[in-house]
Formats: sequence, C-alpha cells, structure tokens
Amino acid sequence: MPSETTDKNNVTKPAPAGRTLQNNDAMLSVRGLKKVYQTDGGPIEAVRNLTFDLRAGELACLVGPSGSGKTTLLKCISGLMAPTEGQVLLDGVQVSGPPKKMAVVFQEYGRSLFPWMRVRENVELPLKNQRIPKAERDRLVDEALEAVGLSHVPMSYPWQLSGGMQQRVAIARAVAYQPEVLLMDEPFAAVDAQTRADLEDLIRTVWKKLGVTILFVTHDIDESVYLGERVIILSSSPTVIQEDLVIDLPAERDQLNTRSLPRFTELRHHVYEQIQLAKAGHRPAAAAR
Amino acid sequence: MKILKGIGYAVGLPTILVLFWAVATAGEANFFVPTPATLLATFAETWFGDRILSDVLPSIGRLIVGVTAAIIIGIVAGLLIGSVKWLRDLTEPVLEFFRAIPPPVLVPVLMLLMGITDSMKVVVIISGCIWPVLLNTIEGVRAIDGVLSDSAHTYGITGRARIRHLVLPSAGPQIMAGVRQCLSIGLILMVISEMFASSSGLGFTIVQFQRSFAIPEMWSGIVILGLIGVAMSFIFQFTERRILRWYHGLREVENAV
Repeated sequence: MPSETTDKNNVTKPAPAGRTLQNNDAMLSVRGLKKVYQTDGGPIEAVRNLTFDLRAGELACLVGPSGSGKTTLLKCISGLMAPTEGQVLLDGVQVSGPPKKMAVVFQEYGRSLFPWMRVRENVELPLKNQRIPKAERDRLVDEALEAVGLSHVPMSYPWQLSGGMQQRVAIARAVAYQPEVLLMDEPFAAVDAQTRADLEDLIRTVWKKLGVTILFVTHDIDESVYLGERVIILSSSPTVIQEDLVIDLPAERDQLNTRSLPRFTELRHHVYEQIQLAKAGHRPAAAAR
Repeated sequence: MKILKGIGYAVGLPTILVLFWAVATAGEANFFVPTPATLLATFAETWFGDRILSDVLPSIGRLIVGVTAAIIIGIVAGLLIGSVKWLRDLTEPVLEFFRAIPPPVLVPVLMLLMGITDSMKVVVIISGCIWPVLLNTIEGVRAIDGVLSDSAHTYGITGRARIRHLVLPSAGPQIMAGVRQCLSIGLILMVISEMFASSSGLGFTIVQFQRSFAIPEMWSGIVILGLIGVAMSFIFQFTERRILRWYHGLREVENAV
C-alpha cells in the first residue's frame, strides 16, 4: 500500500489507498473524488474519497459490494456527472463532459444501442458524427465488427440478435471509436455464463490488440481476477478504496488453465475476503476517522 | 394468392353491407334512404363534374395544408418544449387550457378576425389538429431512455445530431400515434370550417343538399367524406409502416419472448 501523500487535506480526509503515478505516466487520474447526492431525504454520500491512477494500456478491474457507488464513480469518470469534490484527469486534461478519447460500454446492451439503426449504422454513427471520411469510416467499422466476430450480421437490427451479440455490437462501436480509455460498467452482468466467458476473452484480445486503457467495473470477483492486471477493491458506501491489488497471473490467460492455477485461487480468495470485510463495514485503516 | 386473399378480406365486408342495404331498400321507396343504384348514379352526376374542381379539391387542399402545418408545428414545438424543462413547466397549464377548447367554437371568432377565407379554414384545422401531435411529441421526447441518452452523450452525439439520431426516432412511435389522431380531427374540422357562412367546399355542399332536400346528393357527399377518410388512413398506415418498421419488429420480438 502506498504511503500517505502530502495532500494538505490529509488531516480531515482519509488518505488515498489507490496506486498513483507520476503525472505524465498516468492516462487516467482520479483525485480525491467525492460525490454527494442531494435528495429530498437529505444528502447521500455515495463516494467519499477516491484516488487512483491508470497507466496507459492498463486493464484494471473495479470490484465492490453492491451499492458501493461503482456506477456513480463511472459516471463521474466518463463526464456524465460532475463530482462534488475532486477531479478526473484524462491524459492530464480535466474531464468536464464526455471526452472524445473515451468510450463507455454499459450493462444494459438492449438500451444502449439505437434500435432504429442496423448494426453497421450503430457502429458507424459516432464516426459519422466526427466527420471521419467515408473510406476510413468503412475501414474502422469493418475492422471493429471483424474484431468482435460480427462481420456476418451488419444489416441486422440489434434487437434481432441475442444478448451476447448485442453487447458485442456495443463493444464494436466502442472499438471503432478508437478511444484511449474504455470504461465498462458491468458489461456482462446480463448475459449467460457461457457467453460471458467468450466475451471476457474477447475483451482480453481486444485490449492486447489495441493497447487501449480499460477500466472494467464488475461485481463478479472471478471475473475481476481473471480479466485484470490489477483489481481495485472498493469499500461499502460511502466509498473509499479498500485495497489496490496487483494480479500477478501470466499475461496469456484462458478460461480453463488460468482459472485452475493455484495463484488464481489465492487471489480470488483474497479479493473475496476483502469484499466480505467491506460488506461487514470494515474500512481500511487509512480511512478510519 | 396471398394478395388475392388480402383483397378478399378488404372488400368482403363492404360488399356484404352494400348487398344488405340493396335488399333492405329494394321493396319500398323511402325518401330519406336511396337505393345503392340511385346513390351510385347520383354520385357520378353530382361529383364527376365541376364540383371536383370547385368543391372537392379545394377542400382536400385545405385539409392537406392544415394537417401538414399542424404536424410540422406540433413536432417542432414538441421537440422544443419536451427538451427544455423550464419551458415545459411554463407552457403546461396553458397548453391544457387551449387543448380543452373545442375548435368549432373558434370558427365564428376566426371568421370575424380573418374573414371567410381559405386561411381562416386552415387555421381552424390547425387549431384542432395540433394538440395530439404536440402533446404526444412532448411525451415522446420526455420518455427517451436514460441509458440511450447517456450512450449518445459519451459518443459526442449532441445538438442537432442528437435531435436527428436520438430524439426524433425515439419519440417516433408516440409522434405517429399523435399524427393518426390528428388526421381524423382534421377531416372533421375541414367539414365544420365550411359549414358556417361558406360558399364552396364539401362541408358547404353537403349542408346545401340537406337544406334543399336533395337527399341522394347529400348521401353521396357523405360517401365522399368516408372515402377521403379511408384514403388518408391507408396513406398513414403505409407511411407509418415504413418509418416505424424497427418499432414493429422490436415489438414482435418482445412479444415473442
């Protein structure tokens, strides 16, 4: 765990537990992020204090007990929601609205694709909107559909496809957009187990091929350990970072062998314990007030 | 074969109804109810002449202008009011008030203000037709899915692109439901706007026939109104099927699950 920083708010706020980098190394920086919702029943503090960095080309998973403000955090990072305090920096630039270098894949695939557009049009629309020339657009769309294994259904409507295929379309749309950071909000929570395994491998493949930075939010412990190079464990709400864990599994992963490695079991065990602690209300020593 | 079957279903019931009517009117001659043969003959001689140019076409023309204007104004204003929260809060009570006013009561007032002109009749049609389109568009715009809206936002689809690719198609099913109501109201108001102090048009002609006890002629006018309604409904269905093909497909898939 990194030592306490020289943050001047150190006295009043819990110290950040997430790994931070020198400024120019970080692709995505989250600094002292806090989100308080104002509701009729009074303010609700969803996220208390989050600080962590993502190196360019990193694949990090965020896990936390349900209701730990994962979606809130993702909305703040993607610029859809303004944080109450703190800031998000993408490549050194503060995020104040959805940045061009970022794409988001949502859990609800059925509600994130345009049902009035065919698969190809869905993938193409963000590029068209950026006025990318037709020839290049076609190339990007073809490549993206190819990468997710959907070159055979460009003229279908999303609702004609299975759930897993719809989520592939959403991934293809994100890939074609050529983001530097890809945020994924529990993208496989609503698909069946087998499709889920395929999609996990797809993400690893796409990540290696494109060198994109991925922040993958999930509530599935196995998934986080299998996918990530690093797992950031969140506490229960109001959220702080419970632990920032390096996943030292081999870079080549496959569903059978990786999952049966003793190290996989150990890591999974460790994350599980931490989540249980988080659920029980335990908070990291640095966050105790 | 399939087409023949379709046509069979479409004309089957009308044929039976006409036959029933022929049998019922065959025996005695009721002054107020003509036989099908009389009506057909009257229909031809009444409408296939000058009246097409002097009454039917101008009426249809005003109907088309009024309905089109109502649809365009309704959609544009609906997009605006539906997208801007304070505008919605501001206009909602006023819209409810105006919507509650039955348009025929406006005819005498508009006649005084605008004279007995084509524009007056078009305004009457607009004043009644605009509400279903406007209110449905507002509802449709408000009901846009949050996730879809977030998706579009993260991909930088904002401003005009958002209206074109997200708001309009998403509100499409609601807007079309409004347009369907708008068409039938339009036909009613077309007739009503011509019944007061007018000197031409379908509504005027039918009232004229009634007053002069030209009963078969009056019936033939009513038949024309029915035929216009049927034609409008077919055009609407054809267009709606094309614009909302995705929606009907989606619904079928959802219902099949």
